[in-house]
Amino acid sequence: MVMNTTRRSVVGGLGAAGLLMPFSAGAQTPAAGAPIRIGEINSYSRMAAFALPYRNAIQMAQDDINAKGGALGRPLEFVFRDDGSTPGDAVRVAEELVTRENVSFIAGTFLSNVGLAVSDFANQRKIMFMATEPLTDALTMAQGNRYTYRLRPSTFMQTKMLVDAVKARGIKRWGIVAPNYEYGQSAAANFKRLMAEATPGFEVVAEQFPALGRIDAGATVGALAQARPDGIFNVTFGADLTQFVREGNTRGLFERRTVVSLLTGEPEYLIPLGEETPEGWIITGYPWEQITDPAHVAFVTGYRAKFNDTPRLGSFLGYVFAYMCRDLIAKAGSVDTEALLKTFAAR
Amino acid sequence: MDPAFIVIQSLSGLASASSLFIIASGLTIVFGVTRIVNFAHGSLYMLGAYLAVTIVPMLLEVDRSLPMFLLGVLLSALIVGVIGAAMEIILLRRIYHVPELFQLLATFGVVLIVQDLVIKLWGAVEIPGPRAPSLRHGVFIFDQRFPAYELFLIGVGLVVLGLLWLLMQKTRFGVLIRAATQDRDMVAALGVNQAWLFTGTLFLGAFLAGLGGALQIPRVAVNTQMDISIITEVFVVTVIGGMGSVPGAFVAALIIGQLQAFGILIFPKITLVLVFLLMAVVLVIKPWGLFGKPDAAAGRAVLPEGLLSLRRFGTVDNVVAGVAIIVMLALPVFGDNYMVKVGIEVLVLALAAFSLHFLIGVGGIVSFGHAAYFGIGAYAAGLLVTRLGFAMEPALILAPVIAGAFAALFGFFIVRLSGIYLAMLTLAFAQIVYAVCFQWVGLTGGDNGVVGVWPSSWAASRQVYFYLALAFTLSAIIALRHAIYAPFGYALRAARDSATRADAIGIDVRRIRWFAFTLSGAAAGLAGGLYSFSKGSIDPTMISIPMSVDLLVMVLLGGIQTVIGPLVGAAAFHSIKDFFMPLTDFWRMFLGASIIVMVLVFPRGIAGAASLLTERFRPAPKPVGTPA
Repeated sequence: MVMNTTRRSVVGGLGAAGLLMPFSAGAQTPAAGAPIRIGEINSYSRMAAFALPYRNAIQMAQDDINAKGGALGRPLEFVFRDDGSTPGDAVRVAEELVTRENVSFIAGTFLSNVGLAVSDFANQRKIMFMATEPLTDALTMAQGNRYTYRLRPSTFMQTKMLVDAVKARGIKRWGIVAPNYEYGQSAAANFKRLMAEATPGFEVVAEQFPALGRIDAGATVGALAQARPDGIFNVTFGADLTQFVREGNTRGLFERRTVVSLLTGEPEYLIPLGEETPEGWIITGYPWEQITDPAHVAFVTGYRAKFNDTPRLGSFLGYVFAYMCRDLIAKAGSVDTEALLKTFAAR
Repeated sequence: MDPAFIVIQSLSGLASASSLFIIASGLTIVFGVTRIVNFAHGSLYMLGAYLAVTIVPMLLEVDRSLPMFLLGVLLSALIVGVIGAAMEIILLRRIYHVPELFQLLATFGVVLIVQDLVIKLWGAVEIPGPRAPSLRHGVFIFDQRFPAYELFLIGVGLVVLGLLWLLMQKTRFGVLIRAATQDRDMVAALGVNQAWLFTGTLFLGAFLAGLGGALQIPRVAVNTQMDISIITEVFVVTVIGGMGSVPGAFVAALIIGQLQAFGILIFPKITLVLVFLLMAVVLVIKPWGLFGKPDAAAGRAVLPEGLLSLRRFGTVDNVVAGVAIIVMLALPVFGDNYMVKVGIEVLVLALAAFSLHFLIGVGGIVSFGHAAYFGIGAYAAGLLVTRLGFAMEPALILAPVIAGAFAALFGFFIVRLSGIYLAMLTLAFAQIVYAVCFQWVGLTGGDNGVVGVWPSSWAASRQVYFYLALAFTLSAIIALRHAIYAPFGYALRAARDSATRADAIGIDVRRIRWFAFTLSGAAAGLAGGLYSFSKGSIDPTMISIPMSVDLLVMVLLGGIQTVIGPLVGAAAFHSIKDFFMPLTDFWRMFLGASIIVMVLVFPRGIAGAASLLTERFRPAPKPVGTPA
């Protein structure tokens, strides 16, 4: 597969991971004293495919960090809570973490609605929130607040990367397929806006918005093929994507067409495609075999040895997140919310 | 439109219809005989798919041929059939005589357990299935490639239809199934071994679900959300076709398949709503679906369920209620922030559960979509505040008004039906509301919802908001309770126990049920409004099926035969959930198991069990006011 994965996402993530190395060189004595507690809220039961590798990597990093002296000489302790995949439950456990578990700040969440609700909660309670996974732009743009920081590039950023990668080809007739909810709709809208600016004569000849998790792949592929687009922008992922790709392969939808696709290169979504994996797509993702940065190689080796599995994007994110927490606290010199925010803002 | 395209698109529709029919036929046969709406049918479908992605590749290792593939598919379906039979023997057999609501909930408990079991056994990552050998290619139809496997699926659907027809018409088992579908009690009276008939039916139904799932593996990556995504669609098919009717399921599957294939061309964004709209329209015009018949037992006197006798509060009850109120008043003074927050949620859920109980226990209207009115109230409050700049106070007043208006609109159609069709129509309306909130991003923010729904500054502190919520919920609950004890409540119960007799003594049954539905919707809307201000945000999960189920579980847990049961149930349920969730990733399995245990062991719930106890210890039961 031609992995035209845009480099920016990878480089951005690695920058964060690489940053930590100088700090770890000095202190080699295990951390002692009262642990610094960080509340981690995620969909461990409903979105286990993402959340379990993520938690594994955080725990792995936590052990490493604490063996090397923790932060400010104190060990880090991540307190994990299930958010039940609903904002209502998430806000309640956030309250519990802050009130009962005495955490210094909160982090995590997978679904965008959960992330937004927790971010609003953080704003109310004046406590820092690091949104690790949610992709929605609203988190840091329309509905952002000074207590919320994000780790992953948002939908807009990832769409922009794809547009930048494909605009030179001058393809005018496009078909779009996107799941019918905020993520899909905003990705499609961003794509249309950015492409219209980049390519004169750009037009969308077919748009399909299947309901999330319920794509009628045959009918969708048929409708797209009928419009005879020259390029296809895909936003579906997970089970919908697999169905779409199989049906499209059999019916020849992707032949002689440029396909750009959001998130498809993440191992979580790429592995299930198996032998059906199409060639030549332009995608965003996490090509862990191709990243040779020493810090990353060390992470991959350690992860594979410990869990006997290849790393997912979730694992990478969890690992980077844990080290980011350590560096943030070390730099801020305190776990006070204002000091943490100031440190983030200074970078 | 290009004629070749129309042919191709309708073939795609036929292939989807065929898969749907295979699964739906199993559900409809099981319903016909057992009268149980089996929520776990989707779980059986999922198990079929998971078994097939395990078994088929092993067989393909031996010989990469189509017969081996089909053998694996059949084997998986047979195993699922056995699982279905086991489910009948272990669980369903014990709940044939409990009310429909309890049966629905028990099967939903199975759904929760199977979800976690599947994650435990196969992991959470999707598994791509193998393609069927010799059916991998595309067949050229009018110069367009169409997957051979889809053509094969269309054929399988027809074969299944034919075989089912033969089974029903030509075998003794089939005759018995048809007889039991018409009149179960008569079949029993004629000396048919019911145990075997029911186990056999469940085997057949589960086999069909498993077959439907196993046949999907060349098309989809098997995943842990398959069960829920298929079950609502299959419900729609069986309800439109008429529950219990196999030909009905076939016709309905064809309609749905074509509606989706062509609907996405005209309305690419609202296919989810289209399907439920179709179901609502069919139920309004034909209350028993296209091919269904009125239940033979419908006219018979059945034991009423729910609130049977009313008892005024005695001294003990007054003391208990007084203590409960004092405890609530003291909570913000002594509890920490978190406890106050949980307290607010319990209050709000208690009101929502009480309003649902008002429908079920008093009115006999089993609503499976009560979250719709809770959610409409929440959205009304949230959107008024964030989009139109209302203050909290008018928004809280308008939330129940708007929710009540929607309840009046939907209720107008809902109260014409009864039993399981009524429950299905409430579900359909709830799903329409859910889909609108989920997909209409411009208005509702879609799944992101809307944040920033915070109370006015004077009520911003959790403690003050707690008292505000307490005042609202308590007055609403007292008002509803008053309605139960008023002549209105008696008339409503009369309409529940026997619509014809109530009608004969001059009660306008339909209007009184409609009014009850509206009132209950408004109360749920108030709860929703209070909830949104306590959370600071609104989003579609407040309207989703799990929310409706949670409310039902609260009512059930508290006990549907007592007035205060749902309040106890809400408090107990929320505390249990709050306790289990941090402990384990498998909390859904615990929840599912608790639901089943409750249905089996405490069908009268906590409050019901408590009143049984007090009655036992009461010295001399008064002749007036003892339960019938």
